[in-house]
Amino acid sequence: MSKDLEPAALDQWYVIESSEDLRSDQPRRTRLLGRPILGERSASGTVTIEERTEEGETLRKLPCLERYGYVWTTLGAPVKPLFDMPEFEEDGRRLVVCGVLTVRTSPGRIVENFLDLSHFPFVHTDILGAEPMTEVTPYKAKLDESSGELWVTECGFYQPQAMAASSGAAQVDYLYRVPQPYAAVLYKSSPGKAGAFDLIGIFPQPLEETLCDVHCFMLVYDDVSSYEGMLQWQQGIFLQDRIILENQRPARLPLDPKAELPSRADTSAIQYRRWLKNLGVEFGVA
Amino acid sequence: MIRLYDFVLSGSCYKVRLFLSLLGQDYETVPVGFYPAKEHKKPDFLQLNPLGQLPVLRDGDLVLRDAQAILVYLASKYDPSGSWYPDDAAARGRVAMWLSFAGGELMTASAARLHDVLNYPFDVASLREQARQAFVVLDDHLAEQELRDCPWVAGPEPTVADIACFPYVALSNDGGIARDEYPAIERWLARVMVLPGFIDMPGILTPWSGEAAEEPAA
Repeated sequence: MSKDLEPAALDQWYVIESSEDLRSDQPRRTRLLGRPILGERSASGTVTIEERTEEGETLRKLPCLERYGYVWTTLGAPVKPLFDMPEFEEDGRRLVVCGVLTVRTSPGRIVENFLDLSHFPFVHTDILGAEPMTEVTPYKAKLDESSGELWVTECGFYQPQAMAASSGAAQVDYLYRVPQPYAAVLYKSSPGKAGAFDLIGIFPQPLEETLCDVHCFMLVYDDVSSYEGMLQWQQGIFLQDRIILENQRPARLPLDPKAELPSRADTSAIQYRRWLKNLGVEFGVA
Repeated sequence: MIRLYDFVLSGSCYKVRLFLSLLGQDYETVPVGFYPAKEHKKPDFLQLNPLGQLPVLRDGDLVLRDAQAILVYLASKYDPSGSWYPDDAAARGRVAMWLSFAGGELMTASAARLHDVLNYPFDVASLREQARQAFVVLDDHLAEQELRDCPWVAGPEPTVADIACFPYVALSNDGGIARDEYPAIERWLARVMVLPGFIDMPGILTPWSGEAAEEPAA
């Protein structure tokens, strides 16, 4: 199946594997936007990515680049370079690459859930939220015209264990950056460095419209937690979301404003869906 | 201090965490890089368990592998009531029978989950079919137990057999196995989830998580 895809889906950058896991003895046979993909690393370290036919024949070489611990490609012709994350250049943070986790839903559902504050007390009970502190205080979600990115700002939430390194409950500041429709990064107050932010990012790799491999990283100031402790903290949170995500219907993200009844806490979702609609995204939406 | 070599997403490790919580027993965890690093297949861990599997429990000089074996040990040592691993020949035989089922037939549901969540290259259709056959056996058994006023897997009271069987049944949706057709299993899962000291793990929908949690709290 190689149905025609719209530029809004084709022209994004997608992660297909972590740099660490794409080894010369371990190619990655996968899919992207419903098409077969092969990622390989040569013995000398060069990465090549190609689009293939369903029968496994090479169709064409694809652009590839390695940044932020990941291997990226695109099926289209992105007008912008891969978004810049200057925090990766700053000293002192540790990078945790969380491994591919597969979810049966659309990339839009995954990003929208990532932006949602209101589910914390119910889905991530006693970690990212707790009853009765369930109120989502007013925040802002808006498209930054100059960068063409969606930003959600001025978020605050009471969190029992905001990060792996947290020693107790705290009021945590949040902001979210959605640099392209199917990628999102959050910035939250770091328990490891006062006044600084830790980053958590998700890069859904849409295999099909309602099936994604999700690549997830943390970039944090944390001198106390073990690498495994940080990793498993994040993996646990991810699996709490996964069961909820897989139960959402329809699996495609509905863009019609009348499809689901929003509340004020859903400002980010409203803006996100409106943005996808204006961009002309069709892959993975309803 | 009891030490559990642990992976947060492992249902087998959760068997041990759950049981330690039900017993109110303190312990510490050592997170092992099961995914994506596969630390459990590397030399350091293989010294602890040559089978390369989690969980492993260390208590003093004793090192045990296999969740079922660990449950039997913990009940034998730390449950003064003796109810979790009853000291009666027939009861103990029934417990052992279902422990074996938990470590055997039910692990097909675990493998389906490994395929669906962590991309393990398994024949998932076959695994799901085998898991459903095991669920039918468990569902029929639990329905008969209810008729006998004996609503737990191995008798009138919960035992380690219930704890061994619970995780991969409760996590079945992660592996694409719905439980609509197993009403006795659903009732039994609900009974386990209200045991004093019950804890959940990511992927288990408790009556107080997800949609249900949106009801006003009492």
